[in-house]
Amino acid sequence: MSVLVGRDTRVVVQGLGREGTFHAGRMREYGTKVVAGTKPGAGGTKVDGIPLFDTVAQAVDETGANASIIFVPAPGAMDAMLEAIDNELSVVVCITEGTPVQDMTKVASLLERSATTLIGPNCPGLITPGECKIGIMPAENFSPGPIGFVSRSGTLTYEIADALSRAGLGQTTCLGIGGDPVIGLPTPEAVRLFNEDPATEVIVIVGEIGGSAEEHAAEYMRAHGKKPAVAFIAGRSAPPGKRMGHAGAIVSGNQGTAESKVKAFEDAGVPVANAPSEIPGLVKAALRRG
Amino acid sequence: MKLHEYQAKQLLARAGIPIPEGRIATTPEEAEAAARALDGTVVVKAQVHAGGRGKAGGIKVAKTPNEAREHASAILHKQIKGLRVRKVYVERAASIAKELYLGITLDRDRRRPVVMLSTVGGMDIEEVAASTPEKIARGWPDPVLGVLPYQARALCFDAGVPAEQRNAVADMAQRLYGVYAKTDATLIEINPLFIQNDGSVLAGDAKLDIDDNALFRQTELRDWKEVSPNEEVEERARALGFAYVQLDGDVGIIGNGAGLVMGTLDAVKNVGGHAANFLDVGGGAKEAVVKAALEIVLANKKVKSVLINIFGGITRGDEVAKGILSVIAQHPPAVPLVIRLSGTEAEAGRKLLVGAPLESRTTMDEAAKEAVRLAAGGKAHFNT
Repeated sequence: MSVLVGRDTRVVVQGLGREGTFHAGRMREYGTKVVAGTKPGAGGTKVDGIPLFDTVAQAVDETGANASIIFVPAPGAMDAMLEAIDNELSVVVCITEGTPVQDMTKVASLLERSATTLIGPNCPGLITPGECKIGIMPAENFSPGPIGFVSRSGTLTYEIADALSRAGLGQTTCLGIGGDPVIGLPTPEAVRLFNEDPATEVIVIVGEIGGSAEEHAAEYMRAHGKKPAVAFIAGRSAPPGKRMGHAGAIVSGNQGTAESKVKAFEDAGVPVANAPSEIPGLVKAALRRG
Repeated sequence: MKLHEYQAKQLLARAGIPIPEGRIATTPEEAEAAARALDGTVVVKAQVHAGGRGKAGGIKVAKTPNEAREHASAILHKQIKGLRVRKVYVERAASIAKELYLGITLDRDRRRPVVMLSTVGGMDIEEVAASTPEKIARGWPDPVLGVLPYQARALCFDAGVPAEQRNAVADMAQRLYGVYAKTDATLIEINPLFIQNDGSVLAGDAKLDIDDNALFRQTELRDWKEVSPNEEVEERARALGFAYVQLDGDVGIIGNGAGLVMGTLDAVKNVGGHAANFLDVGGGAKEAVVKAALEIVLANKKVKSVLINIFGGITRGDEVAKGILSVIAQHPPAVPLVIRLSGTEAEAGRKLLVGAPLESRTTMDEAAKEAVRLAAGGKAHFNT
């Protein structure tokens, strides 16, 4: 069991350049059904055995693709996302880093009127261990199991997935949703998916300073939580007004502080780890209680 | 990227928003000449990327050109919030009847821009928002459509803008949104927005921050960038593709991935230490990248130890180790290094580091502890 993607997901790769081709190969090795690629002008040719199309519409018509992963560079990322949404793909993962935020507000506006779930941009993607990977994460850090895992970070996601897997805590699905200020699938929505997934027994929520997605996720768990959750917030030592790498990781005024997020989770009965290394222990304790 | 007031005002003027007539000056003499040309009472305003300029003595009224020169002389090269003033903007003084606030920024929760209008202007809008939020009228235009006329009118009614200025302020809100959209702004503010004694409206001050991610298409504005000497290291790091933020501790931090680096900063704090910086090298930490990152971190003289935390994904641990060894061989750092390698080929990497003049640890927590101990003057053992 999993959320969003599984064995039947059929992926079109938007932007089969060097990076896209490399990761398409890694995804196929993992067992993901990579059925098509798009590269305007290259329709009818193949890259590493993957048929190329000029448009997403053609790729969908010919191959039945129902998901996409985007590697198109930032200047064209909005266009690629809108093309995927317009073609009613059910899951779209945008890996691209550096998308202008005003492009993302436009994408979000159109996304709300569609049935597409957009992961990212600027994210590692998602993986249902053992079944399907639509992303760039090193697969060996993930393993199948009962933990639903959502994270705003990239490398930190691998680190924590690795710690969970080593502790024998496999994952239903891991969602690396990205650290930009405007993203397709925000933390509270991701938490809701896991809360409603029967196979997920414990939810691990990795947040960062900036915005109030974690506060909303905590509020959701307090009102609707059916299962235990464990949280970690990166950036507790960050000073206000300084952007910590991710465009979204900034404390402005008293908005987005780690204290506010930690308190929201604790008030909702969600224990918060002080360090990533504490997460497996907290998850085990939650599994015993749950 | 932040623009100065005088730059932001040029963009407002292009969009048809009325601004006071003004001139830029880099010397007291230029300020005097500007005041003479403007003929009348002027305001001399420090151009720095900091709020609260008035309270810091960076804004002064001058009745004569002579006075403008004196004020400019006092303001130029003054430090405001750690930033040196190199330019003043000399502007014709407005005849102020009332001050409003008009601003547009991103509402992250709604994933839309939010337009804010208040009849309480001239002060910290965050304070107003916190203490009397009902005094700020808000509207959330669809970014695909922009601010529609009815939305601009609704804002004016909600904020209680006097009937006489309603059309002018509504027009200004629509024009300001035009600038916001066209410049890829993350924040644009007119604060204060003056209603003058003759009933006309005027942008008293302007603040405009541009999305760094959009500079690839803001080709004109990216050339307007003015970097204060205090910000130069952060600029150099940015040019290399690193995210770097200077902090005030003594443990230098290098890592790959923003979340991981934040986690590393927190780990240092957990064991009682203080990070000297945030540095995310991004993906593919190869030799040249490690070298450049080390140079930037060590340029900060407060740094007493450096903690390198790399979680290999696509990047292989053994390649990172080779990079670090080569950097150490060519440029032996003056402070102890603590390395934590994990992920792909981390064990191979750690083996390569045995015997090198650095401390290697397997977990983030242990590495943070060691780096803090060394920064506090602890002795290095080297791979014991």
